[in-house]
Amino acid sequence: MEQNVSTEKKSSEVIVVTSGKGGVGKTTTSANVGTGLAKAGCKVCLIDTDIGLRNLDVVMGLENRIVYNLVDVVEGNCRIKQALIRDKRHPGLYLMPSAQTRDKSAVTPGQMVKVIDHLREQFDYIILDCPAGIEQGFQNAIAGADRALVVTTPEVSAIRDADRIIGLLEANGFKQMDLVINRLRMDMVRRGDMMSADDVVDILAIPLIGIIPDDENVVIATNQGEPLVGNDTPAGKAYYNVVERLRGREIPFLDFEKGMSFWTKVTGIFRKV
Amino acid sequence: MNMKHFFRRKSSCQVAKDRLKILLISDRVNCSPEMMELIKADITKVISKYMRIDTDHMEIEIQAKGNNKGGRNKTPSLIANIPILDLQKNAKMP
Repeated sequence: MEQNVSTEKKSSEVIVVTSGKGGVGKTTTSANVGTGLAKAGCKVCLIDTDIGLRNLDVVMGLENRIVYNLVDVVEGNCRIKQALIRDKRHPGLYLMPSAQTRDKSAVTPGQMVKVIDHLREQFDYIILDCPAGIEQGFQNAIAGADRALVVTTPEVSAIRDADRIIGLLEANGFKQMDLVINRLRMDMVRRGDMMSADDVVDILAIPLIGIIPDDENVVIATNQGEPLVGNDTPAGKAYYNVVERLRGREIPFLDFEKGMSFWTKVTGIFRKV
Repeated sequence: MNMKHFFRRKSSCQVAKDRLKILLISDRVNCSPEMMELIKADITKVISKYMRIDTDHMEIEIQAKGNNKGGRNKTPSLIANIPILDLQKNAKMP
């Protein structure tokens, strides 16, 4: 049901950002990837599919401009265009907010596909921010998507849920899934107290598209409602690289190993044994 | 530097990796230990019709096959190691 619609117009790409576990950075990733693509000159529509617990609007700093939402569109209370909020800071960037006072059953996968098909005509990229869990909200979010970004952190619980999500995406016919490893702490990796990006990729076995370092600037940016993609911060650079890779560019992964002292190298050898 | 670090056998990263590898295999196969016991009992019953086997030393486990190469297509497989005591056809279990 998911990929038969993409044949009519291949130029636009629908990407679902998902993770299974909550709190690993789906919304932050959606906001930054969407904003980054707009900064690169693409026409982007962000859709918050988390009905009842909307958050993408506050992360984007657009919470005061909501009039209509996704459920209004689906129920025919407004036209699609009326529900789209234009981000004045970035030309070509639009947000379709979710409903806060409804629950996940207000929308069906079929209705989502219809809305997305309509948006495909106007946008280069449509980014779907998926709710946590594997219930109807997840089914709604993946229904109209062409490819997926799987977000995880280097923790046992997040990786286990990501593995489950990858299995479900495969079962739903997804061919292209890419991994975003969020909140990596290189100092802990060096000490042997955190799984490295290679370890996580080894376990989940899908292509890696981004490593986002644990960066306090993400919290600051969220406080201000302005995604940090492209800024001169570790996470800002890392997110911009994700955007470039999504657009098909080959970008080497950021070197977080810089500044590794002689002593940590020596002790690192001992711990590997 | 803390001396304890030098003598620590396994880093917490290694512990996490080891735990995840085992956990994900059972997650992917969705197979409980009770079910494994039932499978083992049934296999024993079937094989015993044809030969005498050492049920005490037989092992059954699910392994992720070919995990050296990347790609998620490493389908888990059921590995059974069943020692044969007597190949005679009509040998019956006591």
